[in-house]
Amino acid sequence: MGIATSTKPFVERVEEAKKDKFMQASVAKAQDAQWDKREAARKELGNWEQWRDLGEQIRQHVIKYLPDYLEEFADNVEKKGGHVFFAKTDQEATEYIKDLAVKKAVKKVVKSKSMVSTEIDLDKELMKLPGVSVMETDLAEFILQEDNWDEPTHIVFPTLHKNRDQIQKVFEKLGYTGSNEPEKMAKFARKYLREYFLQADMGVTGCNFAIADSGMINLVTNEGNADLTMAIPKTQVVVMGMERIVPSLKEAEVLDNMLSRSAVGQKLTSYCSFSGKRTDDESDGPDDFHVVIIDNGRSNALGTQFESVLQCIRCGSCLNVCPVYRHIGGKGYGSIYPGPIGAVLSPVLDGYEEFGDLPYASSLCAACTETCPVRIPLHELLIEHRHVMMDKLHTDHSLTNTIMKTIGVGTGSPILFKSAMFGANTASKVVSHHDHDSVAGFLYETGRIGKLHKPVPKFARGWTDIRDLPQPAKSHENFRHWFKKHKQEQAAKGGK
Amino acid sequence: MKVAIFSTCVVDLFFPKVGQAMTEVLERFGCDCYLPENQICCGQPTYNSGYLKETDKTLHNEIDSLLSVDADYIVGPAGSCVAMLRSYKNSLKDDPEYAQKAAELADKSYEFSQFLYRVLGVVDAGAQLDAKATYHRSCHMTRLLGEATAPFVLLDHVKDLEMTPLPNIQNCCGFGGTFSAKEPEISQTMVDEKVDSVLSTKAEILISADPACLMNIGGRFSRRGEKIKIMHIAEVLNSNVDVKRIKYKKDIEKVEQ
Repeated sequence: MGIATSTKPFVERVEEAKKDKFMQASVAKAQDAQWDKREAARKELGNWEQWRDLGEQIRQHVIKYLPDYLEEFADNVEKKGGHVFFAKTDQEATEYIKDLAVKKAVKKVVKSKSMVSTEIDLDKELMKLPGVSVMETDLAEFILQEDNWDEPTHIVFPTLHKNRDQIQKVFEKLGYTGSNEPEKMAKFARKYLREYFLQADMGVTGCNFAIADSGMINLVTNEGNADLTMAIPKTQVVVMGMERIVPSLKEAEVLDNMLSRSAVGQKLTSYCSFSGKRTDDESDGPDDFHVVIIDNGRSNALGTQFESVLQCIRCGSCLNVCPVYRHIGGKGYGSIYPGPIGAVLSPVLDGYEEFGDLPYASSLCAACTETCPVRIPLHELLIEHRHVMMDKLHTDHSLTNTIMKTIGVGTGSPILFKSAMFGANTASKVVSHHDHDSVAGFLYETGRIGKLHKPVPKFARGWTDIRDLPQPAKSHENFRHWFKKHKQEQAAKGGK
Repeated sequence: MKVAIFSTCVVDLFFPKVGQAMTEVLERFGCDCYLPENQICCGQPTYNSGYLKETDKTLHNEIDSLLSVDADYIVGPAGSCVAMLRSYKNSLKDDPEYAQKAAELADKSYEFSQFLYRVLGVVDAGAQLDAKATYHRSCHMTRLLGEATAPFVLLDHVKDLEMTPLPNIQNCCGFGGTFSAKEPEISQTMVDEKVDSVLSTKAEILISADPACLMNIGGRFSRRGEKIKIMHIAEVLNSNVDVKRIKYKKDIEKVEQ
């Protein structure tokens, strides 16, 4: 399914998410805990806003000179005996990796967590090969795999939607007999996975940053599984989005610092490694080393108003501050890239037909823009998507479209607005009833708001289905009327 | 000092008392207030929905109207709408006729509490209100306008007003303009959490500097049958004022020295 995690329409996914009280509680708890950890880690670093400036500059620079840096990186990988393959599409990428697996007679593949490998459906494609099995070695991804290949709901914490009891049940299918304590379950998974590691003949990892001037791959994890995936199997495949590149170790250091603090609230993750093909003086590492650099829609953003989405370093902090993600979770978005970054990126990669709803799944509160370590103006890009859909592609032909255009005319013409203000109180009587003596602003005096009758026009119903609407001010009681009178009284008193 | 009042469509349509309170407070501090006749709306309903073409006329009208009075400052009772006014200079930067005017508008536009605190230097507006209250921080005022201090300082100085911190103050109330009508399912879960947070403070009054957020949270309170009094910060700062209590930043600094 590529980046889509569901075939259901957006409204249905939201409806399901709304019923999932466990997921909501779990996401809220994680968001609140991450808020404290993240802010503390950033504060401890100091001068966070200047770090953001630097992070943004590094990423913008790389995107601007992307072809040059990719070439430099590829040259350096090849100089050390590695191979680089540029894949235009997901299919080109998976075909290359499958061919390699066949050529090498691979039986057991170990993988570390990689969003781009999920994006191209690599696991499922590899398992189509006869005699090939795949093992996800990141604890969370392992849980998803053993739970009948459930989809990740967060780009950093893939199992955010599952609780420890659910995980215990998944592990019991593998012979686990212990309690639901996370430490015990992790120990079980560790033992289970270790055996698999030792037998693996192909390793697949993602890539946090590719270092252009040395051809090295920088991986950042807390479990060390990515390093084992790099060290043990003789054949190694790195899959990376084409934008995940930095000029040198110097820039990687800056971004790793920001990534760890933003993603998990740590100064640095437990493991932060830089590696590549085994060199002659190294005892472990792959002898056959392949880097698959994937476009798969990313170049749609190049040179457009969406280019800054490629600055993303996949820290997930925009998900962790998003009030919409808080309530609909990853499944609500229906993309492996959920949250604000997903709502911007998914339509860029896969188009508006599949993901046109996502840019509207935002109150534009700008918490995402505020937290983004590399200053992607996420909420502005959401408006930009809406702009492309409404003004340029004209995808909305509903009544709402007509209403919005009418509002556009009404808010641009003083005469029309004044007559609307004059008639608002009367017009609202069609849809509302209220005490005969109620006046606009009476909400402030009594804490009550006029109740509405149904049916009301469809667009207004979204509002009135869940909350009351205050009664519009009568024309002789509105602010402008008061102001005029007030000024006249001042003048009469001989004032101004 | 001449001040043009940016009334906002929400206040014009629904909340006359907010406009009145704001005007009275500003006049108390010596502002000569004007209400430019032809202003309508900052343009967010259409702009944020993606109808940029349709919004152009709205922005042009708002600029022409607000600049029609030769005022020193433009002051509005809504952080979100003022943030939008200030953003005109970006959205109209390539507009040969309006780019310059939009920049002028941005330079002199302030949200009400921000204006009191930052321009007039007021810390105590002289108000008194015997109640327990909590404050909803609007997203646009905090993040887009960048004003996260002024309302808190001013409310802290209101005599007898006990302010209780609102848990998860950073989370949006679920208004989001047309979002509230277009995505009611998501908006409801957001506003419900906000209502629950407000209830948990046991505050009698919910205060904000953004009438649209108040309309949303208040509307949900009302629908759920929960009781709360809702006040705009201008109404609070206009309550039981004794001018003898008025204090400026410079007064406090003197005391500290």
